[in-house]
Amino acid sequence: MTRVFLSLTLVFSILFTFACVDKGANSTVAPAGDTIRIGVYGDTTGATSSFGVSTKNGIQLAFDEINAAGGVNGKKFEMIFEDDQGTPEKAKTVISKLINQDKVVAVLGEVASSNSLAAAPVAQEAKIPMITPSSTNPKVTEVGDYISRVCFIDPFQGSVMAKFAANTLKAKTAAILGDNSSDYSKGLTRFFEEEFTRLGGKVITKQTYAQRDQDFKGQLTAMRGQTPDVIYIPGYYGEVAIIARQARELGMNMPLLGGDGWDSPDLFKLGGAALKNAYISNHYSADNPAPEIQNFVKNYTAKFGAAPDSLAALAYDSAKVLADAIKRAGGTDSLKLKEAINATKGFAGVTGTITLDGSRNAVKPAVVLELTPAESKFTFKETIYPEGMTPPATTAMSNSNTMNSNMTNANSNMNSAAVTNTNTPSNATR
Amino acid sequence: MDTFVQQLINGLTIGSIYALIALGYTMVYGILRLINFAHGDIYMVGAYAGFFIATAMGFAVNPSAFGFVVTLVGAMAIAAALGMAIERFAYRPVRKYSKMTTLITAIGMSLLIEYLFIFIFSPTPRSFPQLLPVENFTLFGNATISTSQIMIFVISLLLMGLLQWIIYKTKIGKAMRAVSFNITSAKLMGINTNFVIAFTFALGSALAAAGGVLTAQYNPKIDPLMGIITGLKAFVAAVLGGIGNIPGAVLGGLLIGAAETLVVGYGSYVGIPSTYRDAVAFAILIIVLLVRPAGLLGSNVQEKV
Repeated sequence: MTRVFLSLTLVFSILFTFACVDKGANSTVAPAGDTIRIGVYGDTTGATSSFGVSTKNGIQLAFDEINAAGGVNGKKFEMIFEDDQGTPEKAKTVISKLINQDKVVAVLGEVASSNSLAAAPVAQEAKIPMITPSSTNPKVTEVGDYISRVCFIDPFQGSVMAKFAANTLKAKTAAILGDNSSDYSKGLTRFFEEEFTRLGGKVITKQTYAQRDQDFKGQLTAMRGQTPDVIYIPGYYGEVAIIARQARELGMNMPLLGGDGWDSPDLFKLGGAALKNAYISNHYSADNPAPEIQNFVKNYTAKFGAAPDSLAALAYDSAKVLADAIKRAGGTDSLKLKEAINATKGFAGVTGTITLDGSRNAVKPAVVLELTPAESKFTFKETIYPEGMTPPATTAMSNSNTMNSNMTNANSNMNSAAVTNTNTPSNATR
Repeated sequence: MDTFVQQLINGLTIGSIYALIALGYTMVYGILRLINFAHGDIYMVGAYAGFFIATAMGFAVNPSAFGFVVTLVGAMAIAAALGMAIERFAYRPVRKYSKMTTLITAIGMSLLIEYLFIFIFSPTPRSFPQLLPVENFTLFGNATISTSQIMIFVISLLLMGLLQWIIYKTKIGKAMRAVSFNITSAKLMGINTNFVIAFTFALGSALAAAGGVLTAQYNPKIDPLMGIITGLKAFVAAVLGGIGNIPGAVLGGLLIGAAETLVVGYGSYVGIPSTYRDAVAFAILIIVLLVRPAGLLGSNVQEKV
């Protein structure tokens, strides 16, 4: 008797669960009349969770500002966020959910290139514009014309660090320790090596690790025997912090170089004093005294209680670029919206002026930041401009005279390099 | 030469951790013929327990030997309690069913602990405080050894010695050996088998927690999924040494640790990229199972069918 009763209860509870789920789904599908629904996806609970949190916050701030000013075309923005836990498979699932179930008009995300690469084909297929704030691997926007980005790409980012190593740090030899499980890291490894070799340096040893590895002393010990002048570590902050510690423990005190994947408040928590004598290439510097940047830093800090990293700044810009495009397109028709996004030109963002090129990549300068672990902050070092772009006459960063000379120096070196660099990735994939 | 010695030190450091965890696998297998898949997660719980003890008691601010010992012992005690609780509430009720049932329960337990920790403490990696000042000592040439590495060697050796003493010199150890030899006969001889099994779980879990705290000292990033790969490698170490065999677990752990690091350091000369370090552990497992199924030190016991 009890068995029958139990099984009936089970059956009913299952049915009831489905009823609830169905109801829930219906209520979210119902189109909200006067809001513009934007899907955002990112990693807020995985190995790179600070990336997703910053991205979400940056977009939230932008939407709040837009909505406070009355929205776009009389409509307010609504963010629908999905967590992909930092894995490509989940990224693909959540973007499908955003597009098919939540019926968003555009998608903003992801940070890690591998995740963006997994999700982009879904957006392209559904003809829903996707702007990635901070995926720098060139392959991401090659997926199709509905995919664009507001950041620079890795051929440029890799060459920036190679130039900095060769010109500013006067390094002759370099070692590279890359993350073999990330497209971002593999891209940077290649472009750094190309540019560093071109500038007369030599990459003497290349080692790899996999995400979630905990022990890097094997790789580092193998490098130590060859005494490189600098070590380039194009990885994400979680592993990088531990690599730095273990390198210093092995008595390797040469400069450590990296990219925007290091940019996280957690980096200093995990790495501590080992992060002295380290430099990264990044999208913007919170030190920049320009009023629009300081205004953004102030508002963000007031709202979220932490200074914005470059991922937050890029996310903020991506949301603003999208809003601008919706305004120009006069609505959210996906074809018109895509064209408006791709025609973005001279948009003044906090990470610089954003103009999308023919491959839907933003062409922007990069900054080199020095890590100051004692204060847990990144200190501005120099700006490196891409080919063809001249530094504005009144530089927002009027920190020093030396900076200007660095800029021109870097700029002249850039001219010949950038042409070869931008061509390689597309050839490779074709 | 100094590079090779350095790689060996690196390898034996992680090998000692594997050995500490492998002991728990091997003891539980020896007694229950159960692969306790939740064991790797106990190692993670140990690291988290250490983290919270050190933070709550303020050891993080002033590194001291006292703080380190309290953290280590506290984490071991918490993990031992958890190990006993898991045995009491998850494994004991299903012990009377087939071995497969208990195995699946163990896998379920492992996932439960991992995702419960993600749910409660968030999956964001935490930075484990430095409980002892780190210093580097130069052995010769370029070869160095850090205090955290020395701690790992010394404490693992002490704990392994203690375990050996418990098993061979105490009454409860004798009971453990009896239960592992034949659980039914042991019961007939008046041994409280349930207590002995719970004690075994407590002992194994405490060793895993010690491994967790020591690793966190060496590599201060802890997250709820840190036990998966480490746990699997420790399991491989236990099988390599001969599962159920205690010196075998230690030998297996050290071998796996050394093999892994040497692959990273020298694999590129023979065409094995450094990212194959994990694959090597499992390749060793396959080879051992093919060539010597009982493991390096395991005795070949005929299974009764």
